[in-house]
Amino acid sequence: MKTANFDDRIKRSKSLLRFAAPQMFYPLAGTFAPWCLAVAAVLTVLGLWIGFFVAPTDAQQGDVYRVIFIHVPAAWMSMFIYLVMAFWAAVGLVLNTRLSFMMAQALAPTGAMFCFVALWTGALWGRPTWGTYWVWDARLTSQLLLLFLYLGYIALTQAIDDARRADRAGAIIALVGAVNVPIIYFSVQWWNTLHQGASVSLTRAPSMASAMLWGMLVMALAAWAYTFAVVFWRVRSLILERERHTEWVGAELAAHEGRA
Amino acid sequence: MQWESWSAFWSMGGAAPFVWGSYAVTLLLVALELVLVLRRRRDTVRRLIRLRRVTAPDRDERRASKEMFE
Repeated sequence: MKTANFDDRIKRSKSLLRFAAPQMFYPLAGTFAPWCLAVAAVLTVLGLWIGFFVAPTDAQQGDVYRVIFIHVPAAWMSMFIYLVMAFWAAVGLVLNTRLSFMMAQALAPTGAMFCFVALWTGALWGRPTWGTYWVWDARLTSQLLLLFLYLGYIALTQAIDDARRADRAGAIIALVGAVNVPIIYFSVQWWNTLHQGASVSLTRAPSMASAMLWGMLVMALAAWAYTFAVVFWRVRSLILERERHTEWVGAELAAHEGRA
Repeated sequence: MQWESWSAFWSMGGAAPFVWGSYAVTLLLVALELVLVLRRRRDTVRRLIRLRRVTAPDRDERRASKEMFE
């Protein structure tokens, strides 16, 4: 009876915090995910159109610079997702909220994917412009470390059977590894790197043609929308899995069975 | 428009392997992630429904016996 009361109470709640309850967040995520994916698709088409047909050929680099429209958004996303993951891990450790840990776990694979894309496109861009696929400079090395942190987090949380222990162990990696993110970001200022400095910052006017900048920003927004879509879908599976003993998941599965 | 012809577009000023190599791998990974996420969803729902079929009758019996005693 206690659970039924809680279910009723949370359904009647008007507070936004009600979405911290897995049974409230589950349908919300399901509603948003397809829309986010649609927005991502539209923005990708628009961004690529700007990137390939509006933005001019670069005076110094020629056309190889067009890698920028995925390289920079992917690199931004890989750093940002890690910080969001660390944020949810911290919230989970402090408030002991179930959904926070599930969010952290749902974010990791997408972060790792963007991190790999940033490294891969960077290598292919480096070859014609620097003459090498890879150098052990501060920016590239710290970005590679980020990939290992993602993979370490995923491996550790998968390896521990007890969900609560897996959450806590993963949260430690997420929090400790977060130190690496500002190191990546500022590495081009702190050390003498082969990698160029930021072309876009909040404090200065961007040092690139406006069509190039717009292409990059639209692609970054597309990456955001895509991340929301995939993470929402992934967290829904995690919620079902972890809440499988509750009545609301029972009802949800019964509805699925009816449709099948 | 920045290109004189489609062949000029595809050759990317001689940087075709680097530009298209970047875009192709990104597209592949994004498609792969979408497939994996949707497949995981399908597998989770299937597995939990099977699990429920195994354990649910047991739960109903317990509830029934509880009601008999009340």
